[in-house]
Amino acid sequence: MPKRDDIKRILLVGSGPIVIGQACEFDYSGAQACKALREEGYELVLMNSNPATIMTDPELADRTYIEPMTADFAAEVIRRERPDAILPTMGGQTGLNIAMDLHKGGILFDYGVEMIGATPEAIEKSEDRGLFREAMRRIGLNVPESGSARTLEEAMAVRNRLLTWPVVIRPGFTLGGAGGGIARDQEEFERLAARGLAASPASEILVEESLLGWKEFEYEVMRDRNSNNVIVCTIENLDPMGVHTGDSITVAPAMTLTDREYQLLRDASLAVMNEIGVDTGGANVQFAVNPENGRMVVIEMNPRVSRSSALASKATGFPIARIAAKLAVGYALDELLNDITRATTACFEPALDYVVVKAPRFNFEKFAGTSTTLGTQMKSVGETMAIGRTFKEALQKALRGLETGRAGFGLDGKDGDFLSMPREKLAAEAARPSDVRVFALAAALRLGFDVEELHRITSIDRWFLREMAEIVAFSGHVRENAVTLEDLAGDVPLFRQAKAMGFSDRQLAQLYARDENEVRNARHAVGLRPSFQLVDTCAAEFASLTPYYYSTYASGVSASLPDPGGDLGRIMILGGGPNRIGQGIEFDYCCCHASFALRDAGWRTIMVNSNPETVSTDFDTADVLYFEPLTLEDVLEIHHRERPGGSIVQFGGQTPLNLADSLAANGVRIIGTPPASIDMAEDRKLFGDLMDRLGIRQPAHGMAADIDEALEAAKIAGYPVLARPSFVLGGRNMVIAHEAAALRRYMLELRDVSRDRPVLIDHYLEQATEVDVDCLCDGTEVVIGGMMEHIEIAGIHSGDSACALPPPNLAGEVMDRIRRHTRDMALALKVRGLMNVQFAVQREDIFVLEVNPRASRTVPFVSKATGVPLAKLAALCMAGWKLGDLGFAAEPRPRHYSVKEAVFPFNRFPGAAIKLSPEMKSTGEVMGIDRFNGAAFLKSQIASGNRIPEGGNIFLSLKNSDKAMAVPLARRLLQLGFTIYATRGTSTAMRDAGLPSHALFKISRGRPNALDLMAEHSVEWVINTIEIGSEPAVDESRMRSQTYVNSIPITTTVNALEAALAGLEFLRRHRRLEVCSLQEYNRRGTGVKLPKNGSRPTNARRRDGDG
Amino acid sequence: MTAYDWKKRREGKAYLALENGEVFRGYSVGANRDMVGEAVFNTGMTGYQEILSDPSYAGQLVCLTAPEVGNYGLNAADMESRDFFLSGLIVNRVSDPSSWRAEESLPAALEKRDVPAIAGVDCRALTVMLRDRGSQKAFLCASGAVPEGEGIARARAWEGLEGRDYVKKVTCGERYAWDSDNRLTASYPLEDCILPPAEFTVVAYDFGVKWNILRGLRRAGMQVTVVPAATSAGDALALAPDGVFLSNGPADPAGVLYAARAVEKLLGRIPVMGICLGHQLLGLARGGKTYKLPFGHHGCNHPVKDLVSGRTLITSQNHNFAVDADSLDAAKTAITHISLNDGSLEGLRCLDVPAFSVQFHPEAAPGPHDANPLFAAFRTLIEDAG
Repeated sequence: MPKRDDIKRILLVGSGPIVIGQACEFDYSGAQACKALREEGYELVLMNSNPATIMTDPELADRTYIEPMTADFAAEVIRRERPDAILPTMGGQTGLNIAMDLHKGGILFDYGVEMIGATPEAIEKSEDRGLFREAMRRIGLNVPESGSARTLEEAMAVRNRLLTWPVVIRPGFTLGGAGGGIARDQEEFERLAARGLAASPASEILVEESLLGWKEFEYEVMRDRNSNNVIVCTIENLDPMGVHTGDSITVAPAMTLTDREYQLLRDASLAVMNEIGVDTGGANVQFAVNPENGRMVVIEMNPRVSRSSALASKATGFPIARIAAKLAVGYALDELLNDITRATTACFEPALDYVVVKAPRFNFEKFAGTSTTLGTQMKSVGETMAIGRTFKEALQKALRGLETGRAGFGLDGKDGDFLSMPREKLAAEAARPSDVRVFALAAALRLGFDVEELHRITSIDRWFLREMAEIVAFSGHVRENAVTLEDLAGDVPLFRQAKAMGFSDRQLAQLYARDENEVRNARHAVGLRPSFQLVDTCAAEFASLTPYYYSTYASGVSASLPDPGGDLGRIMILGGGPNRIGQGIEFDYCCCHASFALRDAGWRTIMVNSNPETVSTDFDTADVLYFEPLTLEDVLEIHHRERPGGSIVQFGGQTPLNLADSLAANGVRIIGTPPASIDMAEDRKLFGDLMDRLGIRQPAHGMAADIDEALEAAKIAGYPVLARPSFVLGGRNMVIAHEAAALRRYMLELRDVSRDRPVLIDHYLEQATEVDVDCLCDGTEVVIGGMMEHIEIAGIHSGDSACALPPPNLAGEVMDRIRRHTRDMALALKVRGLMNVQFAVQREDIFVLEVNPRASRTVPFVSKATGVPLAKLAALCMAGWKLGDLGFAAEPRPRHYSVKEAVFPFNRFPGAAIKLSPEMKSTGEVMGIDRFNGAAFLKSQIASGNRIPEGGNIFLSLKNSDKAMAVPLARRLLQLGFTIYATRGTSTAMRDAGLPSHALFKISRGRPNALDLMAEHSVEWVINTIEIGSEPAVDESRMRSQTYVNSIPITTTVNALEAALAGLEFLRRHRRLEVCSLQEYNRRGTGVKLPKNGSRPTNARRRDGDG
Repeated sequence: MTAYDWKKRREGKAYLALENGEVFRGYSVGANRDMVGEAVFNTGMTGYQEILSDPSYAGQLVCLTAPEVGNYGLNAADMESRDFFLSGLIVNRVSDPSSWRAEESLPAALEKRDVPAIAGVDCRALTVMLRDRGSQKAFLCASGAVPEGEGIARARAWEGLEGRDYVKKVTCGERYAWDSDNRLTASYPLEDCILPPAEFTVVAYDFGVKWNILRGLRRAGMQVTVVPAATSAGDALALAPDGVFLSNGPADPAGVLYAARAVEKLLGRIPVMGICLGHQLLGLARGGKTYKLPFGHHGCNHPVKDLVSGRTLITSQNHNFAVDADSLDAAKTAITHISLNDGSLEGLRCLDVPAFSVQFHPEAAPGPHDANPLFAAFRTLIEDAG
């Protein structure tokens, strides 16, 4: 028997909320591991606090614990479940840290739980810088000269020993290098060293010789119990050492290594695996190579699946996590099948006959004041991957796949800023690693910088620079040889070559000052279309059965489509592209569910996405996978090949929605809610008229194309007003203005405002409670999926706001009116699928703030809270099913409470103002679930890293309008045993009421103040409420930054404080927080019956198209 | 803007005509001449220089599936023999080198060594065709002087590799001592390595030997004398070696039966190790049969199961012919290795005499080093025999 039968029940630890450095790639890995282990008949217990994951779908595990990702809660789960083994290697750094805590705390030993996939010794050796260096020395490998330090003094001593600048500071045990940096002088060194020490849970930093400018490579390795090793993929970073791998443009396979060097690194990777003691599973090893002499240095190794392994899996077709899970339970690589060819074994090294480029996606625009310079600390929030036959094609596809408005490697009319810069300034921009550096390079090449010069200032390998130079030069060549678009169409080899170099129709349109549609038509007129090739793990050596495609113009012959099998209709699902704040895993979750449900019901699903981190791009999520940029051009070519009967644009967030109109204009049949309804919901005038007709109130509002109009509209709506540009996602550039001056300032800063792109002005409802509703509609029936009460007051972006389901404080009558309004709107908007409504409740009055007739960010949360698979039901409605036939007739009424809390990346953006506003800033979410509301809230806070203490010193500072609440709240805090420090005003109010407190100075007024308290670590909790939307005062900014630096929990609204108090009071009574699985919470069942085995309804057949 | 010779590069039209009538068009990136050969594909992602200088490719037009070729140029240390022996090279595209080790560019090297090459070919489409229909006789036209129809006819008219002796085209002219000053063996990245003393002597039959095999033997403590392929068993034994090594080489073992007869005479009198063609010759000497694989094994990622240890090795491979496992007398010859991809025979060991051989390439170059310990195994075989 190859697999172990001495273990029966396995605990899999997930990675928790999406944060920078640990995103949905771990859902992809975890979901694969879940499937792989259950396939083998193991009983699976899963723990993850992130409700937006596929892995926490109740059908993926036997019992799913959505509980905070801490060792304490993991211990509770172990006590309750008594698993035989724990698999910690699928949950990123979080998974490893929890498992190590459980190991060190003796929990694993006490309960006889075996760690599989990695041993504690191996984890320790790979994570502890000192042990790792020692291990590398033993096997004769170089490591950067360095030393570790636990204090600032020790750090200085190490620095002095190294004798060189710059030096790198790396905190131990943090994600994506959080808190690290490169110091070029003493002052910078002291600052970064202090920050690193604070960021490291172990208060340990590594001070290291800088390898700035060296080439960087990653090797993805797998190893089994028989010591069989394979390299799944090699990745070369285009950005040399100094930029975090997660922030680098990376290329697979490695491009600039001779076979000798390649094998030298391969040998080193295997030696590292062996020495660290990774017995089974996947790991990655990172190397730096000196471009001048080939000196090779080992940077680090991760004994687990990682962001890179997810990328490697998508780049090669080799499912690393799936295989790693099977290896962990005892299989050997040669006992497992290559899932792509299904003919050869998993014991081989994939061969690529294409080039893969990954490009990171940033969101700096959301964090005003922070530096956009990249360094050793990861700052990107997402990534896109592109596949082409050549590096050029892949690079251009990746850059247009980023969805930042760019059409490729520059040459799209958007580099005006760079092109008009003085030469020295442009050189500096090209030299400075940043989110837009690649476009600075494009501009520099256009302006005549040569490869040698750029190599000197960037250290980017000449090979990559030369390829880039050829792209730029080729555009000139095209222009010279084809003066007009018609000339180009007359020279098909030249046209084809341009496309094969990755030029998009949009870039060519820019070249000829024509419209994208004209280029496409000209291209189609001469029969120039891409071919579709397979990602098959083996460079065509064996026939592959898995339809995983990419497009290229370097080949004329497409791989044939597999037989669709009978009369199956085809439905295309457009994904969300690279993750960004406001459009992340929640939308990918919905796309996956659409595919799952439709496949089960008998459709053939076609997934289109460019995000390598996702489950949607796993090879078995859809029937056919296209790893392609989500642009009009690329999607239309897929549509031409597949001719799907219907296409779904409402699950992937704003990306596919933005394409909906132009797709429909080009013959793509969009199913579900008509795009016109989506437009209507976005159109203030039309939507306002509709609300009037339905008798539903909206806050007074207007629209403005310039400053004067804005001031006029605000006067009519009444201050304070909420202002935001139209057609944006995640509340980009939203603001609450309390007076005309603020609005004027906002309008001056906004760019691109016009009649077509106006600014929306709404009256802002003060002290209102926001309510989110997700509902389903099949065209005739409307069923509410879930109603959520926000804990933050209205005005904070709903994605950033904590919310509770069911609403703990809403009156039944108010909820009934909300239900009626929701139903009326869904029917009026002809919704077929999902709709999300945001209401504001101000005393007795209900206002509609926003309606989105599409999948919303809260769908996975509601589904987890209620047990109803909303996205699956929605997809089936789109395909013609009736809710009644699906067994979903009534709003679910869970008996437990679920609280969603947002997780923020402020610690990554030093200098940025830390405040919640109408602009979404969170990267992820967690869920707290319990039978008691207060406990659910408390869990959500712990899960989000905001561990509210049960006692100790707190700092209390309330804004003026909250002051009235100060006394009752302070009394409850004192009863719980807290010692209160407060600013003078609050303190005086408390003394008048006979409550004790310690008065502190305001930060700018004197000392001791709150900062001193925090610096001394003598305050456990900061409660600081400020006016929504107004700029926080300097004092508050400094204080909030300090809480993030010192990891002190902070509560910023009175509502959240109330919820926390309820939780603490609950804890005081019950002494502990219990854990319970989702399957138990929802054991009563929902009545939902999803169709299986192709039982499509007859009324759906007309939608099949020509499938 | 950077000077850019895109158009100039594509001026020399070239094409590859297959015996099945298919023509792949591209442009010339090597010598200005035409060649016939057997079209095969290699899926390695690195190592084009080692492939070019591997004499086993004599008579073949090698299609590389690697998407970008030429990236790191060529250098003297990575040569696997004294020249390029293949008939021609087929690639997607060629780029200029960027590497601290690069001494010349790929097109320059091809031109210097008079090897034609074509770029701009859809290598994936060609590979799928070779996979589905088997290796093809082909004609590579880089001179631009032969019409396509005639190119197809020339491909068809070519005699092919089966039964042909290509070894005589690549073997050394006369006997020589390998690297007596250790200069070639101790090259990058092993400059600092101290070679063990050479305690044994080995005679290596050069059927087209790769230098990394000779380096491997030397690193395992054996001083090597290389002899021409046609050297008789008696002449080899007259050198009084401790072991005899049978090298890799091109084409069909059936074309070099004289060598198989020499092996027959050597067996039992001296420890023998064979690689690739050397393995096939050992198989023939043991009374086995060889056959042609549909499209051969050419690449760096071939999993081979070691039936003795149970471990799987990722190996470098380059062969079109294989020994038929069923044709061997199981009482006298043990199967030690099989391919995990297609189950074909990858290694054997004689039970009655000290000899073993492998179909794959433990010397790698290019490819993974997993099977490197086999050189030490040969040394052990010699020690045990002594």
